[in-house]
Amino acid sequence: MQVTATIIAYFHTCLRKMYLHHHGIRMEHTSDVVYEGKLIGESTYEDRAAKNTQLELDGIKIDYYDAKTKTVHETKKSDKMEHAHEAQVLYYLYVLQRNGIEGASGIIEYPTLRQRKHIDFDPERDVPIIEGWLQEIEQILEQEQCPPVINKSICKSCSYYDYCYVAEEIEN
Amino acid sequence: MKKPYYLFNPGRLSRKDNTLKFTPVDEAGNEGQPRHLPIESVEELYVFGALDVNSAVLNFLGQESICVHFFNYYEHYTGSFMPRDYLLAGKVQIAQTRAYTEAKRRMPIARSLLDGAAANMLRVLRYYGYRERDLGLPIAAIEDLRQRLPDAKTSSELMGIEGNIRQNYYQAFDEIILDYDMGGRSKRPPKNEVNAMISYGNMLCYTQCLKQIYHTQLNPTISFLHEPGYRRYSLALDLAEIFKPVLVDRLVFSLLNKKIIQANDFRWELNKCLLKESGARNFAKYWDERMNETIQHRSLNKKVSYKHLIRLECYKLTKHVLNDGEYKPFKMWW
Ligand code: SF4
Repeated sequence: MQVTATIIAYFHTCLRKMYLHHHGIRMEHTSDVVYEGKLIGESTYEDRAAKNTQLELDGIKIDYYDAKTKTVHETKKSDKMEHAHEAQVLYYLYVLQRNGIEGASGIIEYPTLRQRKHIDFDPERDVPIIEGWLQEIEQILEQEQCPPVINKSICKSCSYYDYCYVAEEIEN
Repeated sequence: MKKPYYLFNPGRLSRKDNTLKFTPVDEAGNEGQPRHLPIESVEELYVFGALDVNSAVLNFLGQESICVHFFNYYEHYTGSFMPRDYLLAGKVQIAQTRAYTEAKRRMPIARSLLDGAAANMLRVLRYYGYRERDLGLPIAAIEDLRQRLPDAKTSSELMGIEGNIRQNYYQAFDEIILDYDMGGRSKRPPKNEVNAMISYGNMLCYTQCLKQIYHTQLNPTISFLHEPGYRRYSLALDLAEIFKPVLVDRLVFSLLNKKIIQANDFRWELNKCLLKESGARNFAKYWDERMNETIQHRSLNKKVSYKHLIRLECYKLTKHVLNDGEYKPFKMWW
């Protein structure tokens, strides 16, 4: 099974979301955030596009890869730095290494926060961790049943909120 | 914000960069002043007049996932241009099909849909019953029929009960509507003003349900209450059952009783009564307003529009077929 970066990110935010997304139950079209995300990706770092190349490998798509310095650049529009973003970039580095590109590192850019975060990849430490994720992911996605609603504050801003929480409470 | 457009005049629709260009063309072939509709403002198109389109415009509409609904001269729905499914999900498709083929899974859904419809009809009648109209009899009859839903073994039995419920329900309309008599439901053709309004409103409701289904992973041709194949998009009929009393009937009452739509908004032909363009336009305007009106949703803790209620119904059905929560129909709670 090819694991996309989105699956890795959702694995670290909500297993239900990961499961729904994987099985084609998509809500992205209902939210404007996706469009904004696209816009930022397209315009903010335009000047860099010439020097960097887009890279597609094993079902992942790295927006900007600087081959000279072996750096993966990932831009996030969110106004919060999240563990899931790090996990996603770490996974990119893992895929690169699996394809023979050793010693790459990553930078996550947060244009709205005017911040960046460096991510290093240590094969000895990180490969077993990531392979553990992959196993767990596969096992969850193969389940017949969708994982339950998580009732956390992130649900409020999740595109699946309506899907997860719609119910008819009072019987007439 | 996106909104539906209603094209009553005959004309030609073409693509001009990122806008739709509508050029009215009269019977003599004279072109009028074109109108430009920015594509990002178009939710869907309702076409009542003769319309010329080419494949460039259909490709453009398809790419933007915009549905087009066509009506004939008699305001009768003739079909829809539905762009390619863009949200297909094999897992939902299979689960929905299974839920239909296994009778013991289909019947509970069908029953719930009808129970929701009956509850909403009762809600509408009770509301008007409080206003010093005597609706005790039809209310009691519908309550009685509703009790029999759990005993219905087949979907045709259910549809039989449905027919009886509706008959009682429509009888009450003559009490509620002040200046017009309905005298029972007549569909093809509608025999009087009230029937013309209901037919027109039901079509708007059906196409709205169809559109909401289209924006989810559900397959609009696999239904539970109506037999699939009865009409092409029978799931839209299923959902419309629940929403017609809430969305259409209440609107018909208020448009007629407040004299927003009047006798001169109708045209008569041989054996049928239809809305004139003036009436159809006015109805559509109030319909759109109603669709965008919001109510406080109880489980979501936020305001949602009436049309979003239909989308939410689709989500509940999806979860039900995936065994991720039992389907409970929407019942008006206010
Ligand atoms: S709303 Fe909450 S439970 Fe549902 S997918 Fe989103 S994060 Fe997960």
